[in-house]
Amino acid sequence: MVAGKGGRVNWLIDFFGNPDNWSGPDGIPVRLLEHLEFSGLSLLLAMLIALPLGLWIGHTGKGALFAILSANAARALPTLGLLVLIVLLMGVGTIVPVLIPLVALAVPPILVNTYEGLRGVDPDLRDAAYGMGLRGSEVLGRVLVPVALPLILLGLRIAAIQVVSTATVAAYVGLGGLGRFIVDGLATKDFPRTIGGAVLVALLALIVQLGFALVQRVMVSPGVSQRQTIR
Amino acid sequence: MIKFDRVTKRYADGTVAVDDLSLEVPTGEITVFVGPSGCGKTTSLRMINRMIDATEGQILLDGVDVKTIDPPTLRRGIGYVIQQAGLFPHRKIVDNVATVPYLLGWDRKKARDRAMELLERVGLDLKMADRYPFQLSGGQQQRVGVARALAADPPVLLMDEPFSAVDPIVRTSLQEELLRLQAELNKTIVFVTHDIDEAIKLGDRVAVLRVGGRLAQLADPPTLLARPADDFVREFLGRDRGIRRLSFVSDEGLRLRADLTVSVSADVSTVRGADESWLAVVDGENRPLGWASVKDLPETGTLADVRLAPYGTFVRGRDSLRGALDAALLSPSGSAIAVDEEGRAEGVATREALDEALGKVAGGVGA
Ligand SMILES: Nc1ncnc2c1ncn2[C@@H]1O[C@H](COP(=O)(O)OP(=O)(O)OP(=O)(O)O)[C@@H](O)[C@H]1O
Ligand SMILES: [Mg+2]
Repeated sequence: MVAGKGGRVNWLIDFFGNPDNWSGPDGIPVRLLEHLEFSGLSLLLAMLIALPLGLWIGHTGKGALFAILSANAARALPTLGLLVLIVLLMGVGTIVPVLIPLVALAVPPILVNTYEGLRGVDPDLRDAAYGMGLRGSEVLGRVLVPVALPLILLGLRIAAIQVVSTATVAAYVGLGGLGRFIVDGLATKDFPRTIGGAVLVALLALIVQLGFALVQRVMVSPGVSQRQTIR
Repeated sequence: MIKFDRVTKRYADGTVAVDDLSLEVPTGEITVFVGPSGCGKTTSLRMINRMIDATEGQILLDGVDVKTIDPPTLRRGIGYVIQQAGLFPHRKIVDNVATVPYLLGWDRKKARDRAMELLERVGLDLKMADRYPFQLSGGQQQRVGVARALAADPPVLLMDEPFSAVDPIVRTSLQEELLRLQAELNKTIVFVTHDIDEAIKLGDRVAVLRVGGRLAQLADPPTLLARPADDFVREFLGRDRGIRRLSFVSDEGLRLRADLTVSVSADVSTVRGADESWLAVVDGENRPLGWASVKDLPETGTLADVRLAPYGTFVRGRDSLRGALDAALLSPSGSAIAVDEEGRAEGVATREALDEALGKVAGGVGA
């Protein structure tokens, strides 16, 4: 099949313009929801693991080496390979096989950024906080976290974008998600379908990015982001 | 009162930062810890609020061993000011100042009202209250640091080189502000500095520490300047300690001559016969205008027609002998004009009078 520029745009119109693609178990809404389910759940699990651990390590200074080493090890894992291995071991009865590699992907950026964020807080500030009579947990919650928040959110954003784009691998082992359009499209040489799926994933990543920018704006103190507040 | 009783601090690596230190910090006074870098000033200070725990000995706060008090509780009752201010960047200035009141569970409005009152007290524009720390200059941040330390009205204030990161002009104004505040508040203040001039300016008492954390001398500034305990202290005080001592000698003992001031409306003929070569000319309200040289007086007219030479004044009863001497050096006559708080001339301190007063000071050194 030969197509010029216009051809590829036509592919998008073919895909998104086809009402069949918007309904049924293989339609865009269902696949999108599946995709959001994998990604959201993985991210939630990763946060539950990495945030407390990162806060604890950053606050106490204990276990930093362990955290960095295991984060690097986790980064080196090939997501697809891990997924295939888990499917071979567990079968595909549930979505658990997809969650494990995605969580492994999301934990390192959250953990490392949280820990680095806390560790990077000016020691004088920490000192002043203790000197005022704040207790350890108050120093963490009222001073360290608000000041380290930009980095913590950055870790979450990196994790979220990676998870959203990598969740496509679920399709390789027969599970759902937007990856199905890409995989099925390739298998049947239905290129509009493949491109359409890729565009959907990219759009989702973009929305995640914008969402985090918004969260950042709302949650981070202007004093930390040094946004001018004086009119 | 804070009492150090044979306090020693040995760090984990074996460094002895403070060695068998015993001293008392009297209530309501400023006690300055001064000494060269690494002599253990910060360590001594931080043992009071248990940011560091002493290895041996006791620190008693009004008779209670600080080790028996849980650190956060202890610290909420002690103001703490550090060099880099250490303001919370994510909080507005007003909330920074209200930190300890919030911790103590004051209601929000009361804590904020108190914070505003303190911002005013330390000389900050209330417009600053809603700013964030990054929007303030270093000197302003340091003022906020002082206001924050005072917020819950603690009886004790610990200050670790609080003014050393700002430029000299700002530093001087912060020092004066502190003295003014202290005159109103009468806190028990421990102030750490490595600057002996600052120590002498601020301290009711000055503890000079030598490296290894040993107390070399504890005395009030005039005594320290007049009678350093040993060569180390003498060296540390620097070369011009003689002149600096004069800052602590009252000008009360200085003899004044009232007959050397003349009104600007006086006729030259009435003063021509004066036995002094310079006369201090004053206006109708008795305020100094300058010096008239008797031998250069014109033939006729009043003193208003005479070109007057520059003069220096000192406030009688408030400035020190150093102030009087300084005023004398600003005049070609070599004499200083004494004025009252309103700036009205009270008389002239001549070279002879200054000489006599200086002689008494010098005579006191050996005593
Ligand atoms: N945590 C620590 N571990 C080991 N040694 C320390 C520690 N903190 C300080 N010291 C050492 O203890 C001594 C006293 O330190 P301290 O900070 O009290 O000095 P300082 O008088 O405040 O000096 P400066 O004027 O430079 O601030 C120094 O020799 C210092 O190197
Ligand atoms: Mg120090």
